[in-house]
Amino acid sequence: MKDELDKRLDNQPDGPERRGSLKDIPVREELLPRWVKGPEGQEYVVEPLQDYFCQAGPTVQTPAYTRIIEDLFNWARAESLWILGFGTGCGAIEMRPLMTPRFDAYRYGIQWRPTPRQANLFVISGYLSVKTLKRAIRSYEQMQNPKYVVGLGSCTINGGMYWDSYNTIKRLDDYLPVDLYITGCMPRPEALLQGFDDLKKLIRAGKAEGANHYAEHFDWYKANQKRVIKDWDMPDYSW
Amino acid sequence: MQFEWIMVPYSLLTLFIVVNYGLLLTALMQKIGARVGRRHGIPIWQNYVDLIKNYGIRSSITHGVMFYLGPVFRLTGGVGLLLFVPTLYGSEMFSNLSFAGDLILALYFIFFGSLGMALGAGESGHPHSAIGVSRGLSQVTTAELPFALAVFAIALQYQTLSVTEIVAAQQGSVWNWTLFTNPLAVAAAMLSFLGSMMRPPFDVVLAPQEIPIGPPTEYHSSYLALMQTNRVIFPIAKIVVYMNLFFGGAATWPVFFLKVFLIYFFSLFVGVVFPRFRVEQSVRWFLVWALPLGIAAILVV
Ligand code: SF4
Repeated sequence: MKDELDKRLDNQPDGPERRGSLKDIPVREELLPRWVKGPEGQEYVVEPLQDYFCQAGPTVQTPAYTRIIEDLFNWARAESLWILGFGTGCGAIEMRPLMTPRFDAYRYGIQWRPTPRQANLFVISGYLSVKTLKRAIRSYEQMQNPKYVVGLGSCTINGGMYWDSYNTIKRLDDYLPVDLYITGCMPRPEALLQGFDDLKKLIRAGKAEGANHYAEHFDWYKANQKRVIKDWDMPDYSW
Repeated sequence: MQFEWIMVPYSLLTLFIVVNYGLLLTALMQKIGARVGRRHGIPIWQNYVDLIKNYGIRSSITHGVMFYLGPVFRLTGGVGLLLFVPTLYGSEMFSNLSFAGDLILALYFIFFGSLGMALGAGESGHPHSAIGVSRGLSQVTTAELPFALAVFAIALQYQTLSVTEIVAAQQGSVWNWTLFTNPLAVAAAMLSFLGSMMRPPFDVVLAPQEIPIGPPTEYHSSYLALMQTNRVIFPIAKIVVYMNLFFGGAATWPVFFLKVFLIYFFSLFVGVVFPRFRVEQSVRWFLVWALPLGIAAILVV
């Protein structure tokens, strides 16, 4: 079996390289290549990371046909921000009051969605440990273009009080394309509302093209991400 | 019934009115619900914006053919239900494509969307979708039972399967409404109505506050927009059936708007008063409370 796998990997353009990388990183057992028996008795190799996931990278998505329609869409995008309910650091606690009668962000067209597929705004709410970064990247990539990232609190800007932590990233912008930072440690809900308002202005002006930026500089982002995430056992782009 | 081409634009007009009314009405209901929680709630035009935004999403992915067809089936269920029952009684323009046996067809359409959705969501392969589908189907099926019984009861009562004739039999005075001639059937059907509106206390399947959002977990962009369109058409279509069967139908648009609002409001009212049921609780609730009412309604007739 080993030979078969090696042969198969060698036949692919980046095979030898990947074989090396597969050895170095601790890949989870269910993701390792393995033999599978088909219904009619034939045996073949399944390489989960290769066969179960789409390998294509993201592409730049051009704006709609005419200026006027794109403006309409941008207005709609700005007025209908669906936040992915994913809290990372202490800042997550400041998002909850936004749903309550006191701040009531629903007034501004801001809603929370439990699935990345439907969300278009990802709020990284504070420090991001490397382990969470991995999940954050996967969630971000599953959102559909156009999508926006807001960094909440000083931890996402320069590491904040976790600057010398062994386990958190410092500049969020190195890993995901951030459209807007909201400063503070931690920012009050009012600051969040103000931030969302500024984000709306950016979107309406057509300046929030983070998703396309990510696609254009995909290699750079991936290199940065892989530098900190040592156990990269997932496809390069999670569709 | 004779088919004439003029019915096509008439039906489209009905659809247009209902979609816009539905978009506004759902937002209004959410607003009323928010006011109960002392919030302002979403702006009244929010549904339009969400819809435009979802159609404007640039990329989308697919999980297979059924994944495409799920929202289409769902929308077919909603639109079909709407078009095959008379929206306005006695109006040539807004009777749509109703015909003699349309009651059975309506029952079928109510279920059609859920099934299509189940297949589509199943293909997305997301575990939350699978959980949502199994929860949703078991809840909708039990909720549908009392309604089916109630429908049989009134079909027996009026000796017809045509919605138009049932409405005709209720004209004249308020006391001719099924509500008063067969209160048991109406009670059973209204309880079942609560279950199919996807509002609290029976919204555990779809509630965005639950960790799995249910069947639509993987749906996004235009798929989601199609489903949102259906989410505004389907409740209204369903309410039209209820209005025709139990509350005397409507002869003009203002009466239509009012009655639809009130029936919708009933589910909202119950929703803000009672907390959410788990699925097995709601299934039991329907079997214990609504089903006997439906059986009693048949026996009484
Ligand atoms: S900025 Fe402050 S409040 Fe926010 S995550 Fe960092 S330490 Fe916590």
